[in-house]
Amino acid sequence: MTDFTSLTIAEARDGLANKSFTSLELTDAHLKAIEDARALNAFVLETPDKARDMAREADGKIGKGEGGPLAGIPLGIKDLFATKGVRTTACSKILDDFVPTYESTVTSQLWRDGAVMLGKLNNDEFAMGSSNETSCFGPVANPWRREGSNTNLVPGGSSGGSASAVAALLCMGATATDTGGSIRQPAAFTATVGIKPTYGRCSRWGIVAFASSLDQAGPIGRTVRDSAILLRSMAGYDPKDTTSVDTPVPDYEAAIGKSVKGMKIGIPKEYRLDGMPTEIEKLWSEGAAWLKAAGAELVEVSLPYTKYALPAYYIVAPAEASSNLARYDGVRYGLRVPGRSIGEMYEGTRAAGFGAEVRRRVMIGTYVLSAGYYDAYYLRAQKVRTLIKKDFEDCFAKGVNAILTPATPSAAFGVGEKGGADPIEMYLNDIFTVTVNMAGLPGIAVPAGKDAQGLPLALQLIGKPFDEDTLFSLGEVIEQAAGRFTPARWW
Amino acid sequence: MSVDADTVRRIAHLARIAVNDAEVPHLQGELNAMLSFVEQLSEVDVSGVEPMTSVMPMEMKKRADVVNDGEISDDIVKNAPATENHFFLVPKVVE
Repeated sequence: MTDFTSLTIAEARDGLANKSFTSLELTDAHLKAIEDARALNAFVLETPDKARDMAREADGKIGKGEGGPLAGIPLGIKDLFATKGVRTTACSKILDDFVPTYESTVTSQLWRDGAVMLGKLNNDEFAMGSSNETSCFGPVANPWRREGSNTNLVPGGSSGGSASAVAALLCMGATATDTGGSIRQPAAFTATVGIKPTYGRCSRWGIVAFASSLDQAGPIGRTVRDSAILLRSMAGYDPKDTTSVDTPVPDYEAAIGKSVKGMKIGIPKEYRLDGMPTEIEKLWSEGAAWLKAAGAELVEVSLPYTKYALPAYYIVAPAEASSNLARYDGVRYGLRVPGRSIGEMYEGTRAAGFGAEVRRRVMIGTYVLSAGYYDAYYLRAQKVRTLIKKDFEDCFAKGVNAILTPATPSAAFGVGEKGGADPIEMYLNDIFTVTVNMAGLPGIAVPAGKDAQGLPLALQLIGKPFDEDTLFSLGEVIEQAAGRFTPARWW
Repeated sequence: MSVDADTVRRIAHLARIAVNDAEVPHLQGELNAMLSFVEQLSEVDVSGVEPMTSVMPMEMKKRADVVNDGEISDDIVKNAPATENHFFLVPKVVE
């Protein structure tokens, strides 16, 4: 019998098309795997009945030759995506038992193409975190552990449930979102592939908002090809999101296996940090060597404003969050803590509903937008953002096709290990990924090796706006050279 | 720049989040840690630089100014903690 859960989406698609197995069989195998993996806490809501209904429907369509590009493929959905009739919480107490009466554009496109929903995946509360420890449903365990150790590690965040579930073979792929690194960092920590597309490539409609000028949806998959297949269904213009871009979605899968000969790959010197682990440095040179062997040309480039990206992010993102999260007032949906006056009701509701990290960011955002401070903080940060974007534009203008960097400054760490005393320690996780959000560019994290303790490490490729194809072509070269990595099952 | 305890209380009120006195020193420490981290932006020369207002240069699409939605009152109040006849209920605001 086929081991259904270890198939890639591309393999399952072929098996379904030539009737080797049904979507119902494939879906049942994944539902069983989810049940057996509750110790990971990757799913916050399992929807087995819905999954089986969708699988039967897909089987019917496949039988009639009407199956879409994702017909019968079981997926997990980050709990930040509104799903009609299925509880959506952003993993925050303040949304309580919110059941949307509408479907997010991205997920509706997945269902349009025939995909099957297995359930909702854990994430950091409102996507604010880099370890999935801020979720009101508790932390997610990474399926990877250090060699010879029983210590649970974090899967990264905020899309920690998505990354953990895909790595542990609980779903064939997952939706995720990325505001400062929330797709790429968890992908790196779990040896999965995650792409944050260009800002505007996927509609944000129906996705719980964190920082609207930075938020972007993307997939996490087990291979570069699977991520390309998923992104094609997720992407596209949506009149309901005025920031979504009206340009055709290419067949990303066609970019897989395309020659990268003659491409210019930038190696930014500013990403060579003091005290960077030698393993990361080694991985980076190895990745460069693989691309060179495939015919690409390597050039050193400079992105001088890199070091200001993270501090500017910690003004822009909290400012937008404080504004977006003003809607949680205990009136229209979610939690309400009764009060004698409406003010007391607002303040009590928000104090009880928001976790510590969310409260901290809403407060800092409120402060930087308050009278007298707007110019010094928010306006200045938006000007710095222009400079960061220009760094990349200058680089691409010199003929660089893509930029290669490490994805994270370290491998996965232990639950409770970081950020307890100083929030900045946790924020530094996103140091290589956050520049990409600030500039609105696409970025992909591809597994590239392991550290001395046997934990996965990844490389990041940054592309030109709407040139995701090049990232898939280059990512495939890295995947072919590095091979794929699967965690040993302990759960 | 750093914030004092009174400023922490004022921000909490502006953000409509109840904070008790015991939490103030801790919050003050966290906010000051973040403010000192972002302080390095003051060394950047931003004179003559336009603030970034959109990620991709494009003209915002506008739809025709017509009613194209509605008659979904049930959906709108479905998740509300307290409603009556399609109205949201809140504590008394006007005496």
